[in-house]
Amino acid sequence: MTARSAAAIASLAFLCASGCTNFYEVPIETPIQAKLDVSAFRRVLIAGFISGGTDDVDANLETVRLLRSQLRSKTNLRVIEAEVLPLVELAGEQAAKTAAEPATLPAAGEIPGAQPATPATAPDDTRKPEDRKQETPVRSKKDLEKFDRIFADAAFWKKLGEEYESPLIVTGTIMFTPHQTAGFVNVNREVYDQLGRRQVMQSRVYQERKGFILEPKFVFIDGRTGATLHSESYRREILYPSAQSTPALASYFELMDQLIPDFLGALSTQKIRGTRILLR
Amino acid sequence: MYFSASVVLAALLAFPLPALADARSDAKAQVEFGIKVAQNGLWKEATYRWEKAVQLDSTYAEAWNNLAIGYEHQGRFDEAEKAYQNALKLDPKNVSIRQNYDLFKEINDRTKRRRDR
Repeated sequence: MTARSAAAIASLAFLCASGCTNFYEVPIETPIQAKLDVSAFRRVLIAGFISGGTDDVDANLETVRLLRSQLRSKTNLRVIEAEVLPLVELAGEQAAKTAAEPATLPAAGEIPGAQPATPATAPDDTRKPEDRKQETPVRSKKDLEKFDRIFADAAFWKKLGEEYESPLIVTGTIMFTPHQTAGFVNVNREVYDQLGRRQVMQSRVYQERKGFILEPKFVFIDGRTGATLHSESYRREILYPSAQSTPALASYFELMDQLIPDFLGALSTQKIRGTRILLR
Repeated sequence: MYFSASVVLAALLAFPLPALADARSDAKAQVEFGIKVAQNGLWKEATYRWEKAVQLDSTYAEAWNNLAIGYEHQGRFDEAEKAYQNALKLDPKNVSIRQNYDLFKEINDRTKRRRDR
């Protein structure tokens, strides 16, 4: 090696070294502002949910437990440990009461030729709440609609808020339904050539799959006034090959895991960790 | 005539205007200081330095890139977007700036979708 080529290599190495130090990879935390300003609240009550779909998971109880533990560890709000409200029953009772009240129709005298209005017959509802629950399961979103009115009942939520020193109240609906589908899906296949080299090939195969759909609607209520502050709905689904047996509860948690960051993002600033490249 | 013109051009290329060179070297000093403090977690100070750098030399793509990252770290997304766009306009082929911008855009779009929901 001549002196000239050695110098050339040295200068190349120097150039490379100086070039390499022109960028610096740094970790950053990007803050995502909370959707709701909850600075007025120090406490949060996860009251309960109107749940429906499959009977394999008590979506009301599981959701309350999960959200409480997440809020406890990831926000500054104090989580109130209270009995989970049987919201389906309460909303059902409320709906029955509303149906029993006479409809607000115009007075008979105001409509020419009309007969006096007769109030709607009150349902003969002397059953126990447990029986009522069994007879009116929530199986679809349509079933949920009749209970939806409870979220607009400011007096009910205000009264509940007074019991717990006016916290932020979180409630809503949870539909967790089994789902089945069949169709073509992309699958990766391992192929070995004559030399034994492994290759991954993608192909489309017809498959029957089953799984679950999770559709929660979170309603955030001001415990001081009973007014709804914010509500948001989500839809997530998961499918497995039909031969695979996955417990409903495992699927529920898998789907909730996907939603939790969005739920928390409504109440507190979340930080997304990543890296960026600083340049000279 | 051609000879004298080419001599002037060569002189200009060889010795850039001192004012421009000063602006870039001052900006570079700010950028380097900003990088040092950012590596120590002092992002506000770093952002201030990079703001100064782009004031001194608004054609400094790397300074705009760093400024965008500084804004991103503070959750100032609109300003970060503008800074990234300036950086890309000045140096569209810079892979690092493009990569930073793509990562930022993913978060920014997600945030906007959440807000609109």
